[in-house]
Amino acid sequence: MRTGTCRSAIFAALLMVTLFRSAGRYVLLLADVFGKPERFAVYRRLTVAEVDKIGLQSLGIVALLSLFMGAVVTLQTAAQIDSGWIPKWTIGFTTRQTMILEFSPTIISLILAGKVGGNIASEIGTMRVQEQIDALEIMGVNSAGYLILPKIVAALFIFPFLVVISMFLGISAGAFVGETTGVISFADFQYGLQYYFDPYQITYALEKTCAFAFIITTISGYNGYFARGGALGVGRASTQSVVYSIILIMITNYVLTQLLLL
Amino acid sequence: MIEVKNIYKSFDGNQVLSNISAIFERGKINFIIGRSGSGKSVLTKCVVGLMEVNEGSVIFDGRDFTTMNRKQRKIVRQDMGMLFQGGALFDYLTVEENVMFPLRMFSKMSKSEMKDRVQWCLKRVDLEGKNHLYPSEISGGMQKRTGIARAIAMNPKYLFCDEPNSGLDPQTAIMIDNLIREITYESNMTTVVVSHDMNSVIEIGDNINFIFEGKLWWHGSRREILYSDNKEIGEFVFASEFMKEIRENLRREGAN
Repeated sequence: MRTGTCRSAIFAALLMVTLFRSAGRYVLLLADVFGKPERFAVYRRLTVAEVDKIGLQSLGIVALLSLFMGAVVTLQTAAQIDSGWIPKWTIGFTTRQTMILEFSPTIISLILAGKVGGNIASEIGTMRVQEQIDALEIMGVNSAGYLILPKIVAALFIFPFLVVISMFLGISAGAFVGETTGVISFADFQYGLQYYFDPYQITYALEKTCAFAFIITTISGYNGYFARGGALGVGRASTQSVVYSIILIMITNYVLTQLLLL
Repeated sequence: MIEVKNIYKSFDGNQVLSNISAIFERGKINFIIGRSGSGKSVLTKCVVGLMEVNEGSVIFDGRDFTTMNRKQRKIVRQDMGMLFQGGALFDYLTVEENVMFPLRMFSKMSKSEMKDRVQWCLKRVDLEGKNHLYPSEISGGMQKRTGIARAIAMNPKYLFCDEPNSGLDPQTAIMIDNLIREITYESNMTTVVVSHDMNSVIEIGDNINFIFEGKLWWHGSRREILYSDNKEIGEFVFASEFMKEIRENLRREGAN
């Protein structure tokens, strides 16, 4: 019994040490990332390329998921409120609230954590194991800043656009499916959509999105930057970046909701 | 000139380098040789600052690199060029863009001046006309030559080559050796080469440092290495029966 407790205590202590060590390395990496760039023009060009790579190239998957999420939310809500006591426009209201407050900012960010985060970690991890990061360091380039900062800036810029597009497409798909399946008329849906609309909810959603964009790019950058051990190490870094990003997104989502909405 | 003074380096209590002191002379090709796992790559990484030493110092022409802050190191690093074992070329850049990379980041050249410099470097390594190819589209030898072109783009004082001949056929290896020799003597660089390849050592090595079990076991010229009585270096250099035969012949000729 005592041995078991002792083992658990040692395990917890080791876990804490690992956690603090990783947090320390993460903070130190961020200090390097936000160091003064060697050439602004080079960083600007990289940022534009990243906007295309991590933003515009994700548009397809974001659009597809948003359309189906909006449509499903509408049908699900319609199925739940099949009662004369609850007005039909509630379907439009619920679709709007769900898409704006949670589905577009959070679910889309989770999807992007997989697509963009995995890509960033594997790209930087491969550069690490192929000594390309060492080559940057030897030249005197701030490798952390050069590799990670343009991705952070690009994500902070483009993710809110993706989320707004997602909101628009999700709600539009809901309205379309509601009308075509006959569960709600467009007029009712529109009434629900406009009912008690608070523009601050969009601000809240975009603030959350920016926090998630920062988490995805920095966590993936961190895992890729410290990848070790060839192809296996790169694969591990990619997986870890997705898992840790998702966990941190969910925790941050809870904290921000508590802070900003209540 | 680079001076390495009493370097110690360990990983998790495992001593990898122990009290290593060496001098890498300017205008000469300084080799670091040794068996796999002897610590030669760690020594090179400590010299260029990719790893921090536990004790000791590395002095670049009177400047103590080990005590410098990041900003000061950045200045010294602009005098360094390095050819990596795998080339370490940036996959997403063409041959020309790879060579232009350090110029773009640090030089104050205009675009046309940069293009001229890149063209000169590519001509120097016999890669003219390959400007717009990506690293994946060229051979291993060409990748090494692109690596050399990138390393010399900023006209460095110190050139480091990590296993420059690994994975190359003998003819291409000789071409790379000749290139390193010519560049070193032309620009009066301090060149440090880490290698297993005894052909290279005998062909172009001016100063040879043999690392054994994390210690500097032997150093001397390429001529001295052939006649050395040191047991460990004998076993390393003349590992095959063919090489042992060559040594016996050399000794007989020497005696006569």
